[in-house]
Amino acid sequence: MYFKLAWRNIWRNKRRSLITIASILFAVFFAVMMRSIQLGLYSQMIDNVVGFYTGYVQIHSLGYWDEKTLDNSFEYDEGLIDDISKIDRITGVIPRLEGFALSSFGESTKGAMVVGVDPEKEKVMINFHEKIVDGAVFEPTDRSVLMGQGLADYYGLKAFDTLVLLGQGYHGVSAAGKYPVSGIVKFSSPMLNDNLIFLPLKEAQWFYGTDNRITSIVISTDDGNRASTLKASLAEKIDDNIYELMSWEEMMPELVQIIQADSGGGLIMLFILYMVITFGIFGTVLMMTAERTYEFGILLSIGMRRWKISIVLLIETLMMATIGVICGGILAMPLVFYFHNNPIELTGGAAEALLEFGFEAVIPPSTDPSIIITHALIILVITTLITIYPFFIISRLQAASAMRH
Amino acid sequence: MSIIKTQDLTKIYVDHTVEVHALNGVTLDVAEREFTAVVGPSGSGKTTFLNIVGGLDNPSSGTVSIGDTDITDLKDNELIDFRLNNIGFVFQAYNLIPVLTAKENVEFIMLMQKKSKKERDSRVEELLVAVGLGDQMNKKPREMSGGQQQRVAVARALASKPKFVLADEPTANLDSKTAINLLEIMANLNKEEGITFIFSTHDQKVIDRARRIVTLEDGKIVSDVEQNV
Ligand SMILES: Nc1ncnc2c1ncn2[C@@H]1O[C@H](COP(=O)(O)OP(=O)(O)OP(=O)(O)O)[C@@H](O)[C@H]1O
Ligand SMILES: [Mg+2]
Repeated sequence: MYFKLAWRNIWRNKRRSLITIASILFAVFFAVMMRSIQLGLYSQMIDNVVGFYTGYVQIHSLGYWDEKTLDNSFEYDEGLIDDISKIDRITGVIPRLEGFALSSFGESTKGAMVVGVDPEKEKVMINFHEKIVDGAVFEPTDRSVLMGQGLADYYGLKAFDTLVLLGQGYHGVSAAGKYPVSGIVKFSSPMLNDNLIFLPLKEAQWFYGTDNRITSIVISTDDGNRASTLKASLAEKIDDNIYELMSWEEMMPELVQIIQADSGGGLIMLFILYMVITFGIFGTVLMMTAERTYEFGILLSIGMRRWKISIVLLIETLMMATIGVICGGILAMPLVFYFHNNPIELTGGAAEALLEFGFEAVIPPSTDPSIIITHALIILVITTLITIYPFFIISRLQAASAMRH
Repeated sequence: MSIIKTQDLTKIYVDHTVEVHALNGVTLDVAEREFTAVVGPSGSGKTTFLNIVGGLDNPSSGTVSIGDTDITDLKDNELIDFRLNNIGFVFQAYNLIPVLTAKENVEFIMLMQKKSKKERDSRVEELLVAVGLGDQMNKKPREMSGGQQQRVAVARALASKPKFVLADEPTANLDSKTAINLLEIMANLNKEEGITFIFSTHDQKVIDRARRIVTLEDGKIVSDVEQNV
């Protein structure tokens, strides 16, 4: 009966109810679209760098991150790697030896990051086999390089060309080598694509003269949202006098900052939008309450308890909010899914800004259901809070005076 | 047996610092099965009196007893429930919930009383037939004339099986033919079902049909007579 009453009350003033519903619909639609795009962009930024290169957590020799030199490398320890691999939800424990060198091809020279990798273990992280665009992935025992497509384009070189590397190795020894390019790999992140050269781990150790040492162990997980719990379970296995453990947020504070600043800007916009919507709904509820004072007087007179009158009003506003939320969701979701599968390719200023930070200018909106759930809940909470006003009016209503109007 | 007893009721409204003495010591007994009109010039205190008897307003002093209950002592929720179960109300106009049909308006009271569906259905039908609206049960208030709406209000007032019905100028918005018709329905229910009615009115034709006439002037009872109808 209360639902019937509430439902019919909504349609007493069709125009006003429809405007209210439409404003809620718009708010939800806008909020979901905007957050899907933002969060999609962030998770893509994170995935491209963290998921395909950095990993959610890394282990280094203590002090390496502050002073990234080969002198801060550590002995490759099979036992440690096996031990870590046993931790729940870890999908890969990947050794790397990272250093810098000058690369040169023909007349050109460019500084690059020269990284020793194990192509097999990297299958869960960099996954060269999927990124290869020319030539082939090297075998662990090969003496050749893989390079980022951006860098290859810079030199204008192709697979089977020969690249010269020149740098400084462990404890200041000089490192030099001439390597055939076995393949070219394409990374989404321009930051990686333009700067990376890979050697098989063994060959890199030889090149840098580090023997059996590595600079980092990259940990991959299938649950990026729980990087901090992962870090805690790793901490139990690792001697913190020798090693440092770093999450991707610690390794890439700029990325975290960019995301926070951008997300914060979006949230401020949404906050303003929600304020506007709140006043809109409040106006409707205000008028609804004022118009119906006489009727509330009748209901109270004939024996309807105050809270029951209030409940009918609450159901009314919640019904309008729910209709708005559902319609907003129904409009937004297909768009979100469409653009998720056919990502928006940015052009112009926005694209340049992203590229400058080393990100792709393509945005696949996030389809995370928590986005729509969050904004649906926000609307429902706002609506519920607004009905405090009529609750208050009804709680103080005097039957006799209500009916003098 | 008396079902309503008021003792020395006074009501003082403070309107912009001016005190209005709407009731000045009203003592009245109403017995079961009465059919009583409260009459008097405009501003004499009829509405104020009926509101206080119905527990819709508090007296400034004095008491109202209904059966064994002193309703001026009841807490807010107790009073609301008391009204639901013991008093039927008919107001001057716009009595009905506009979004509910005639049937639903009458049924609404019984729903609040948590009566079974079977009991509701039979009583709603019986009441609407009794007020001559057996064929208008599914109409919304705005699809009915003023007289029909008032008859639905009378049916609703009886739905809870109240001890008595209070009607403040139930005919004020009706033309005189419709007014008489409504009064006749009320008089029949009074005679045949033994329902106690107290109503206020200005209308001489309506006054003529009352069996007891209580006249108020300046918040005091100035005459209290019985007449044969
Ligand atoms: N809420 C109020 N505030 C101030 N004065 C009031 C209030 N209610 C009633 N009065 C005053 O009390 C007096 C009695 O009013 P009441 O409405 O009871 O008269 P009535 O006999 O019903 O009149 P009518 O025939 O016009 O309906 C009037 O002088 C009225 O102005
Ligand atoms: Mg009056």
